[in-house]
Amino acid sequence: MAWMAWTWPTAAFFLCVALALAVLTVLELKVPTVQRRGWLPLATTRGDRFFISLLAAAFVHVSWLAFLDAPVYWATGLAVLLGAGLMRWG
Amino acid sequence: MRRWDNRAWLGVLPVVLIVAFSAVVPLMTVVNYSVQDIFDLNNRLFVGFEWYRDTLRDPRFLEALLRQLGFSALVLAIEIPLGILVARNLPRRGASAGVWLVVLAIPLLIPWNVVGTIWQMFARPDIGLLGAGVNALGLDFNFTADPVDAWIVLLMMDVWHWTSLVALLAYAGLAAIPEPYYQAAELDGAGRWQVFRHVELPGLKPVLLIAGLLRLMDSLMIYTEPFVLTGGGPGSSTTFLSQHLTTMAVGQFDLGPAAAFSVLYFLVILLLCWLFYTAVMRSEDVEGGPGGH
Repeated sequence: MAWMAWTWPTAAFFLCVALALAVLTVLELKVPTVQRRGWLPLATTRGDRFFISLLAAAFVHVSWLAFLDAPVYWATGLAVLLGAGLMRWG
Repeated sequence: MRRWDNRAWLGVLPVVLIVAFSAVVPLMTVVNYSVQDIFDLNNRLFVGFEWYRDTLRDPRFLEALLRQLGFSALVLAIEIPLGILVARNLPRRGASAGVWLVVLAIPLLIPWNVVGTIWQMFARPDIGLLGAGVNALGLDFNFTADPVDAWIVLLMMDVWHWTSLVALLAYAGLAAIPEPYYQAAELDGAGRWQVFRHVELPGLKPVLLIAGLLRLMDSLMIYTEPFVLTGGGPGSSTTFLSQHLTTMAVGQFDLGPAAAFSVLYFLVILLLCWLFYTAVMRSEDVEGGPGGH
């Protein structure tokens, strides 16, 4: 695995994504998702909302880096809040 | 008590492994590279989001991105309607139908660098049939010096190369629409446009979604044809994201910045394809699906 040039932050990021996918799989087995409409202008499942949250988090960071000089941790905080909101009410 | 039989999951295991090794692992490696100043595994330094910030504020990246988006939008706007038009006018049965399908498939069989070479010669202003012909009409045409001419040739080349794919998919979609639908439309006195709008277009939606997605993804990743045809010029007027990225990664060996560029490139493609897919599926929901009228 050394050839992949791992760093601790990237390893932590992928571990979080893998854990989230594992949690979603267990949740799906215990409490199967129901398609519903919330904030988003389309009916979504739990997995859809997770995918949209990840995509939104990526573009929050991209926008932050493109336009602002403030520390990127603020973007991470914003992305987490947005992701939580999308998962709950999206 | 209900027992789960999960043995079927073993059937998808080979696909999971292939996707993991061909896509997920390389993508994770690129992400790892994108946060480091790296020459080789022994010489690397963590730099966080520095390469992303540099790339996002690099005018050359933004210009290449705009060119890429414009090119993909034009490609979709031309090839999808043209492909449907061709498919509608192809004979549905008889010996000529097979001949037309083979003729349509020919451009798809030609390697991309050969397509670029063919059009490079075809459009040459001195000896090319197209270039010299246009100049003989009194128009000043030179795709090696004029960005507008270069874009026109590039679009013509892509349309020539890939409209067949849309046409063949649309042809298959049209062939799958049951004949009674047409008979019912005829009994209702529907005109050609109404038949197309309310019978054929809903039936074509699934294949058009595939055709649109394939053309969108492929046009966003275009590299070989413009590289052979124009080399990205004149100036940088036909330099798209992939060519800019190749110059960084292979030409300059800037692995960290090239990796950050790749991740951003991937995110753009992912977002656009998801938006396209969602928009088409949503319109299908609103209209009640194929044949819903």
